[in-house]
Amino acid sequence: MAQKIYPDAKAALDGLLFDGMTIACGGFGLCGIPERLIDALVESGVRDLTVASNNCGIDNVALGKLLRTRQIKKMISSYVGENKEFERQFLAGEVEVEFTPQGTLAERMRAGGAGIPGFYTKTGVGTQVAEGKETKEFDGQTYVLERGIHADISIIKGWKADETGNLMFRKTARNFNQPAATCGKVCIAEVEEIVPVGSLDPDCIHLPSIFVNRLIDGSPYEKQIEFRTVREREAA
Amino acid sequence: MAWDRNQMAARAAKELRDGYYVNLGIGIPTLVANCVPPGMTVTLQSENGMLGIGPFPYDDEVDPDLINAGKQTVSELPQTSFFDSATSFAMIRGGHIDLAVLGGMEVSEKGDLANWMVPGKMIKGMGGAMDLVAGVKKIIVVMEHVSKHGDPKFIPECTLPLTGRNVVDMIITDLAVFQRPDHDSPFKLIELAPGVTKEEVRGKTTANYVE
Repeated sequence: MAQKIYPDAKAALDGLLFDGMTIACGGFGLCGIPERLIDALVESGVRDLTVASNNCGIDNVALGKLLRTRQIKKMISSYVGENKEFERQFLAGEVEVEFTPQGTLAERMRAGGAGIPGFYTKTGVGTQVAEGKETKEFDGQTYVLERGIHADISIIKGWKADETGNLMFRKTARNFNQPAATCGKVCIAEVEEIVPVGSLDPDCIHLPSIFVNRLIDGSPYEKQIEFRTVREREAA
Repeated sequence: MAWDRNQMAARAAKELRDGYYVNLGIGIPTLVANCVPPGMTVTLQSENGMLGIGPFPYDDEVDPDLINAGKQTVSELPQTSFFDSATSFAMIRGGHIDLAVLGGMEVSEKGDLANWMVPGKMIKGMGGAMDLVAGVKKIIVVMEHVSKHGDPKFIPECTLPLTGRNVVDMIITDLAVFQRPDHDSPFKLIELAPGVTKEEVRGKTTANYVE
């Protein structure tokens, strides 16, 4: 059987990187971020990247690291707030952004990975998102044509995977990782634990192994929280 | 007395119905979760992939893998489910969500909403707002009646880039509530905050509406 497990992120990206490439990246905010792979991209020095990711991290965290080193040319994102360096580079014209509604972005990744070159959606009709795009009437409603995303590589973060790449996510860390995984020519997944084949319930696999080409155990993780909100315990 | 943030949220909560699936935006809309009437079952959806949002966690139960769309830590409920972003927006775009409560920068008299960018100044993005206004059955916008500079926010035509065209069903401000029965009708002033007069509302609104 072909070996998918690599010793570390650098090894897992070996031979795949080139300047000007497109990368689909999972995560929402700082939740479910492929941080080992992002660190390896920073270290590789690969430049002029187009990155499809819901967010661009925050200052110097997650994709914010690649922004700081000026390796990103363009983001395809729905939300880039809470990131001063992004705002600075954007307003200075140093980084480009293709604002894409969150659901449209997820569906563009899903479609790209499912062999669907484009789809019609109501989202964004009559706004600047639809400018220059084909529209079509269905049953009296106007829809806009959006294109599927095809990336050179996908980088994702999972919870557990077996040795063949069957993968499970945990809670809201699934988010964009699942659609992003499917739309790259090569998907590299980092997980918290790699377990023997047969130890995951086949009915509970979120991402079947066919979508995972390379795999690393990125543990241990110190997961960051953007906004820690808590409640008080009621007095006993 | 104009309504404060919590009172605006409480007013929005009067639109909840038993069994509703609801998406709440960031800011005042999030406070609606605190105002669900006892005995009513309302399931909150979070567009990052969660159905059935619980309250903020206790300090020792905070989980970085468990956040809402505002990136705040939350907790799960016995009926909670998790899913990916494409499935989440299939719920939203597909018309499966009954109600969304969103913030707004401007609403036009035709029901256009602008709430995602100020050109040259605020660069954040629309997040899921464009999908929500396109797909959710009922859209309530909760916002201050006038801007920090005192300019009306319910206006004839939006000046900021739109989030959606002809999408708003109800507007709740700190002064008043406007509603329309369908997307072809004008907004009607249906309620005033205590002590607020029709004349005051008229004076702070440039949009056309009926009383």
